[in-house]
Amino acid sequence: MHDLTPITALGGSAARVDSVGDVTLTEVPDVALASVAARRRQEAACAQTLERLLGTAVPLPGYAAEGAEYAAFWTGPDQWMLSADFNGYEDVAARIKAEVGDRASVTEQTDAWVCFDLVGGRINAVLELLCNVDLTRFETGRATRTSIHHLGCYVISTNAGQSVRILGPRASADSLHHAITTAMASAL
Amino acid sequence: MTQKNRLNGGQIDRDTTLSFTFDGKHYKGHPGDTLASALLANNVRLMGRSFKYHRPRGPLTAGSEEPNAIVELRSGARQEPNTRATTAELFDGLSATSQNRWPSLTFDAMAINDRLSNFLTAGFYYKTFMWPAAFWEKIYEPIIRKAAGLGSLSMRADPDTYDKGFRHCDLLIIGAGPAGLNAALTAGRAGAQVILADEDFRMGGRLNAETYSVADMSGADWARQTVAELATLSNVRLMPRTTVIGAFDHGIYGAVKRVSDHLATPAAGKPRQILWRIYAKQTLLCAGATERPIAFDNNDRPGIMLAASLRAYATRWAATPAQRVAIFTNNDDGHRTARDLQAKGVKIAAVIDTRQDAARSYDYEVLQGAQVVDTKGRLGLTFVEVKQADGSIRTVECGALGVSGGWNPNVHLTCHQRGRPTWNDSLAAFVPGGTLPPGMSVAGAANGDLSTHGALKSGAEAARKALGLKGRAPAVPQAEDAPGTQTPFWYVEGCSRAWLDQQNDVTVKDVKLSHQEGFRSVEHLKRYTTLGMATDQGKTSNIGGLAIMAELAGKSIPEVGTTIFRPPYTPTAIGVLAGRMRGKEFHPTRLTPSHVWAKERGAVFVEVGNWLRAQWFPLPGETHWRQSVDREVTATRASVGVCDCTTLGKIDVQGSDAATFLNTVYCNGFAKLAVGKTRYGLMLREDGIAMDDGTAARLAEDQFVVTTTTANAGRVYQHMEFVRQCLMPEADVQLISTTEAWAQYAVAGPNSRRLLQKIVDPDHDISNEGFPFMACANITVCGGLRARLFRISFSGELAFEIAVPSRYGDALMRRLMTEGEEFDVTPYGTEALGVMRIEKGHAAGNELNGTTTALNLGMGRMVSKSKDSIGSKLSERPGLNEADALMQVGLRPLSAEDKVTAGGHLMKASGLVDAAHDQGYVTSAAYSPTLGRMIGLGFLKDGGNRMGETLRLVSPVTDLTVEVEVVSAHFVDPEGERVRA
Repeated sequence: MHDLTPITALGGSAARVDSVGDVTLTEVPDVALASVAARRRQEAACAQTLERLLGTAVPLPGYAAEGAEYAAFWTGPDQWMLSADFNGYEDVAARIKAEVGDRASVTEQTDAWVCFDLVGGRINAVLELLCNVDLTRFETGRATRTSIHHLGCYVISTNAGQSVRILGPRASADSLHHAITTAMASAL
Repeated sequence: MTQKNRLNGGQIDRDTTLSFTFDGKHYKGHPGDTLASALLANNVRLMGRSFKYHRPRGPLTAGSEEPNAIVELRSGARQEPNTRATTAELFDGLSATSQNRWPSLTFDAMAINDRLSNFLTAGFYYKTFMWPAAFWEKIYEPIIRKAAGLGSLSMRADPDTYDKGFRHCDLLIIGAGPAGLNAALTAGRAGAQVILADEDFRMGGRLNAETYSVADMSGADWARQTVAELATLSNVRLMPRTTVIGAFDHGIYGAVKRVSDHLATPAAGKPRQILWRIYAKQTLLCAGATERPIAFDNNDRPGIMLAASLRAYATRWAATPAQRVAIFTNNDDGHRTARDLQAKGVKIAAVIDTRQDAARSYDYEVLQGAQVVDTKGRLGLTFVEVKQADGSIRTVECGALGVSGGWNPNVHLTCHQRGRPTWNDSLAAFVPGGTLPPGMSVAGAANGDLSTHGALKSGAEAARKALGLKGRAPAVPQAEDAPGTQTPFWYVEGCSRAWLDQQNDVTVKDVKLSHQEGFRSVEHLKRYTTLGMATDQGKTSNIGGLAIMAELAGKSIPEVGTTIFRPPYTPTAIGVLAGRMRGKEFHPTRLTPSHVWAKERGAVFVEVGNWLRAQWFPLPGETHWRQSVDREVTATRASVGVCDCTTLGKIDVQGSDAATFLNTVYCNGFAKLAVGKTRYGLMLREDGIAMDDGTAARLAEDQFVVTTTTANAGRVYQHMEFVRQCLMPEADVQLISTTEAWAQYAVAGPNSRRLLQKIVDPDHDISNEGFPFMACANITVCGGLRARLFRISFSGELAFEIAVPSRYGDALMRRLMTEGEEFDVTPYGTEALGVMRIEKGHAAGNELNGTTTALNLGMGRMVSKSKDSIGSKLSERPGLNEADALMQVGLRPLSAEDKVTAGGHLMKASGLVDAAHDQGYVTSAAYSPTLGRMIGLGFLKDGGNRMGETLRLVSPVTDLTVEVEVVSAHFVDPEGERVRA
């Protein structure tokens, strides 16, 4: 076991939590991520393997899916981002590669992203200041790529109108956090 | 007496009194008032001065079309010029100042212009300031600049914040008058996602300004009740105080919400305004209509206003500009004003109706077939002169005159995508027509349905049509249904100084002069006379100008046409267009994994793209950046230094065709690169010019990690995706950026291996034999953490780059510092990095400047001829391969004290110094602590064959001439022994 102590994307030793009214923004460092892109002519086989890992059909464009071990959202044609609990799945890329073999290219993405959960009854008031997502139709299980404060982010509806997960570029975690908390102060 | 002209009734909260000032004088008003209504209630009619002639002016309207009553609102940094008093909501403590006058509003010295009006006609500037030409810059322009403009800027930063946001809907309804409200009710009850936006703070439109009933209740009550029901529908979003400023492509509308303008200051954390981008599947424009004036001599005195505005002030705001009022009308609507005002106790001096057959009244005198021909009153109306049907002149005493020339539908937003309105003869007005923005329909007065019933009905019908609703249409609430015909009456015959555009002081005479001088196009008329320009964009004036122009040209108004309507619909604060993107928030920043640690070390940061990189790490006692940088370079070359190079782009390239793919994007070969090896690669653009350089490390048969320069990371990734998707769609290759996933540090210097051996787990052999120059491997560090190690060097020293998952980057840097203590490890920043790469002769952004080729960079032979790659063919163009092509060289001043400057040009040791004799230029320069002098890199014609030649480095801009010797670009370790040690 190595002896290096991690820090969160926001530079702290513990996850940052900010609340305004009934809406809470929580930094979620314990997410392990790996991108999975089907190899050419292996698309069906790759999807089949992922279905087995997820225990459900692979998500279609604009959607996310959640299984017992892994969750996934669509990122491109025959391409998904898989996530798992960092604790126990830090080697997520290696684990998935072992499953998919030559059917897919797998790349560790865990620390490429900062992950925030935005939870509360009025999250849509915050989100509409941040990103161009049609919140009137952003049902549970929808996932989309969008721009927040000029940053390419993924937004996943984990409970429509109640909670979303936002993935943004890790190096810009401070800027993204500032943008979200500013919008919270403005909207709530 | 306060609020002398306050009437009974109205939609104001009389239980609360608000204090405000205008030009320093204190007044009282009530919630629900606008600044204009409160001033009128306080018997203040004079609110501004006109642009050119500085004529005294009061409000002409009660809405956003106002040309006259524009003031400076607030003070200090929040001072806002050109605010319409007619839309500014009153709040306690509001302070307003009149503008465009000196020294005071009642006595304005610049009103002398009015006396000089015979000279200051249309085109005055163009005719007058032609000669002498030398006068323009020093005399004319400063004078014109001083005289121009209306309000003044605070010249201080705006203390408020602005937001931007996005909303989506099935139906966007613009305007919450009878048509908009009934449309929203219809669509909302049907379950559609509806946005109802209105620029007013009270929804209802004209219903709030009229006394007639809707569904057996007052129009205002019906509006209030409807808004209350809409508020209960979760699928309907009400947006009062929101002006839809533009109709843009693909059903996108810009809408400015005034969140805090009705407050003294925005609440903490709240924006002043929000610019909403509304994505609407369908849009229904219910923008209503604007009453049009009639032009007659001196029709601009304070107290003269549009008749329906006069009525609105009385009905909605319980205010009147005077207790004795006359009406000048060509239609029945003017009589409605007379009735409503009289019911409020205002004395009607007369209704002057241009129609011979105008209906008489038992309640007030009607002058049939009469016209107002002139007015009196210096700072406010006192008398009007009426030419009666029999030709006699009668003087009528009054403090206000309501003028009604009919109504113009507000077609503006229908034309934002270059659609043109069409002429409706029965209304004598332009109505929406031609090509509307896709998805837009129009209802109510905006579509020419001028009666309340017509508006209610057309609103509901249009909403049903837009949403494709089937079934029986709901009943339309009962309301007045006066016939909607209008007879044109644009101006009183024989008038001259009759104002068409009150904001820009354009008179009937000016339009005639413009025509006389040959301006036939309506667009030319606009530019020459300034008709329809400025903050009101001619909402009350355009049609009058067109009518006169048509008459002079012997054409019809539709033949003359209109000018183009463009966004924004009303003046928009620049701040709201910027949103939060200002100051430090102009763009996001990117922080390296060692940022927290670097900050603790007191690093000085520099912005590179969005990245903040440590530039150098000053130590106590160091007073100049050069001291820090020289120390960092010397220490690294002497022992070991560490630099965060996470910012370099990292792209994971996988797939069975990964090597073939890289063979295409790089000009040099990669197919045969062994697993566990790294290779320098150069990418060319299609045109053969160098695009970017970096390394590609082969971690597996089907996996490479490509690095790019920091600045080009995004562009290179984009380029590679283009190649993958468009040029090689059949290839089995997958790309993804991993730049931020890995914290990557350069560990450089003769002791770098010894330091890393303390970090890298012992089962990985990193000796020179086990891990030679250009090796790469997946390893573990610090007891099992997955990591990557590359033996590559930018500094020219024995060096490695080590990468760990970003979350461990901070800890790894601290560990390197602790473990490196015995080697005096030194963190170094981008400046030292730059110095060392110049000493080593490595090209960087300065050399890859978008004009240089592989040949110029001394890498001509790298462009493989045994394979095809992007840019390789065009790099063979004769023009890029001339015998004396520029070649990268090193430059060493003959005198150690001399400066070398990047950007300086190279000339032969003697001879002319000019562009024709240019030999090349310097791209990079630095002080080399290793050599004890400044050195440079540059491009020199036929440079490879000119080693040892003395040249002059000249910089005419900085007046520098230095003798330099052409040397190898590799100042340090030219044989490369250190990197292989």
